[in-house]
Amino acid sequence: MDTALFIVFAVIALLCGINLVVQTHPISSALSLIGVMSALAVLYLLLGAEFLAAAQMIVYAGAIMVLFIFVIMLLNAGTERVTPTRHLLKVMGVPLIAVFLGIVAFIIQGLLPRSELVWFGGFQGGGPREVGIPLFTRYLLPFEVTSVLILIAIIGAIILAQKEID
Amino acid sequence: MAPAHAVPLNWYLILSAILFALGIAGFLYRRSIITVFMSIELMLNAVNLSFIAFSYHWKQVDGHIFSFFVMVVAAAEAAVGLAIILTVFKNRKSLEIDEISSMKY
Repeated sequence: MDTALFIVFAVIALLCGINLVVQTHPISSALSLIGVMSALAVLYLLLGAEFLAAAQMIVYAGAIMVLFIFVIMLLNAGTERVTPTRHLLKVMGVPLIAVFLGIVAFIIQGLLPRSELVWFGGFQGGGPREVGIPLFTRYLLPFEVTSVLILIAIIGAIILAQKEID
Repeated sequence: MAPAHAVPLNWYLILSAILFALGIAGFLYRRSIITVFMSIELMLNAVNLSFIAFSYHWKQVDGHIFSFFVMVVAAAEAAVGLAIILTVFKNRKSLEIDEISSMKY
């Protein structure tokens, strides 16, 4: 069951990821990105991260992607045009990315030669309570710094948007 | 202890690496600013998967918390980045990344 779920949602994530890179229209890419995020939320659940799976759906697939699609529709972004130099880049880039992937896979196999097995329920400490207690005790300072960062982001977005209204 | 249908942890890490490489490819190949920005989000998601997989490996919740901070920073980044994209579009009337190169020289 775990293997079947992993394979199904990993394939969905990969296909949506490839679709994101291949599509030329931004709306198609945005919908593919929502597919990747939803599939990853299921994989988080399989890894025992219940709180983060919910946060992934609410924050990423909900809030952030709605913001993206809102901007795409607001700017009426159409299909991007093809520049002539891209074919040379494509010929050079694909082998480089393949080499990068090969190196990463080699390092992963080297670091974890006898990989442990992952099954649903193998790690119980990912619920809201287990995440919340260290978040508000040991990680209190990073949490507060993050809230200041969010405040700065809100003020920056308001100032940037205000400039174009004037 | 482990059921017969369990998945090796390596598969999660390799899936994360493939998604990260796809994000790099989109970042380098695409010419629309919005798609480049979405590729960055894809890379952040791939790194989050890696964090959660290693959190499972060590049976500790710290990876989850770091991943949560990555999500928060991604939200802040999306708000500011999309505001910048709006401003660029108002000034240049274009979303092509090749035409917005006046800071390059």
